[in-house]
Amino acid sequence: MKELFELYLSFFKIGLFTFGGGYAMIPMLEREIVTKRKWATLEELMNYFAISQCTPGVIAVNTATFTGYKRKGVLGGLFATLGVITPSIIIICLLAGILNAFSDNIYVKRAFAGISVAVCALMVSAIIKLFKAGVKDAFALTVALIALILALFFKVSNIIIVIAAGILGCIYKVITEKRKNSCGSSGKEGEK
Amino acid sequence: MSVYLLIFIEFFKTGLFAIGGGLATLPFLFALSEKYGWYSAQQLTNMIAVSESTPGPIGVNVATYCGFTVSGVFGALLATLSLVLPSFLIITIIAGILKNFGSSKTVNNIFYGLRPAVLGLIIVAVTSIFRITFINEGASSFLQMIDPLKAAVFVFILFLVLKYKRHPILYIILGAAFGIMFSF
Repeated sequence: MKELFELYLSFFKIGLFTFGGGYAMIPMLEREIVTKRKWATLEELMNYFAISQCTPGVIAVNTATFTGYKRKGVLGGLFATLGVITPSIIIICLLAGILNAFSDNIYVKRAFAGISVAVCALMVSAIIKLFKAGVKDAFALTVALIALILALFFKVSNIIIVIAAGILGCIYKVITEKRKNSCGSSGKEGEK
Repeated sequence: MSVYLLIFIEFFKTGLFAIGGGLATLPFLFALSEKYGWYSAQQLTNMIAVSESTPGPIGVNVATYCGFTVSGVFGALLATLSLVLPSFLIITIIAGILKNFGSSKTVNNIFYGLRPAVLGLIIVAVTSIFRITFINEGASSFLQMIDPLKAAVFVFILFLVLKYKRHPILYIILGAAFGIMFSF
């Protein structure tokens, strides 16, 4: 019981002190989980984090669920997960209440119009980062473009695109690997 | 259907299909605003700004904010719990049963196609943000559709973001200051 509470508390702290989530949370995770609580080694933690990136949902939440589960099973996962989302729920509800009440104020409107411009700039920088990390060959570029065109111009549902892209990735990899095996050393094509 | 049931279903779906972190939730949240009109695209953009400037993972923050806007504190709780439920179930299964999930070849193959597609979807979500930020729908001519002052502020902030890589909240405060100063 004590450790469940500690899991909740540690991940509450992690949720409270990480801005933006994703990679930004690694230093905080390391300090709480590895150095202070010794719940996992750094290597294990990076493993949890890597798997959390390949599973649906918010990476920070997934990492919390994973670490909690490894310590204390399903209940541990539950307490860690609730811990990491509690600060967001409290802070956002307070702020949302205030902001929605003032949303008709002319200065608030102008401020948010300016903030939108800043969000655009931040999003462009985020896309550049994701592009560098995720688009490394012609296949990836093609998939990204097709997904973009289908969603933007043909209003194809996001869910269908996500599922189709996963299947496509599988098929493409299996085909290129087969070709590589049957052609021996000449199987370099399809990688560039 | 009751709005609570809809919130549960839609945010559960978002949590299940938004793969690759918080930003991947944005295409789904924009689709929700179009489908149900729970909040406008402008409101969602404001929510993104608030979520980037407050602690916590951005995906959770935006979901909480959306839920709150739809139906108060209960909506916020429901949206957030629905968002994390699918990943909670999946991670529990993976952590308990599939020991080699991360190094599985099939998983890697799926992600080989998935990652760039998610990027494409995020770009589409960002075009929505650009449209509501820059395009003046009521303009009489093409040239008046974009406010040059806004465009200049965008280029300036983008330059700072790419060059200095400081905390997002600084750029958001800067954007707010420009917005009030130039009466956007």
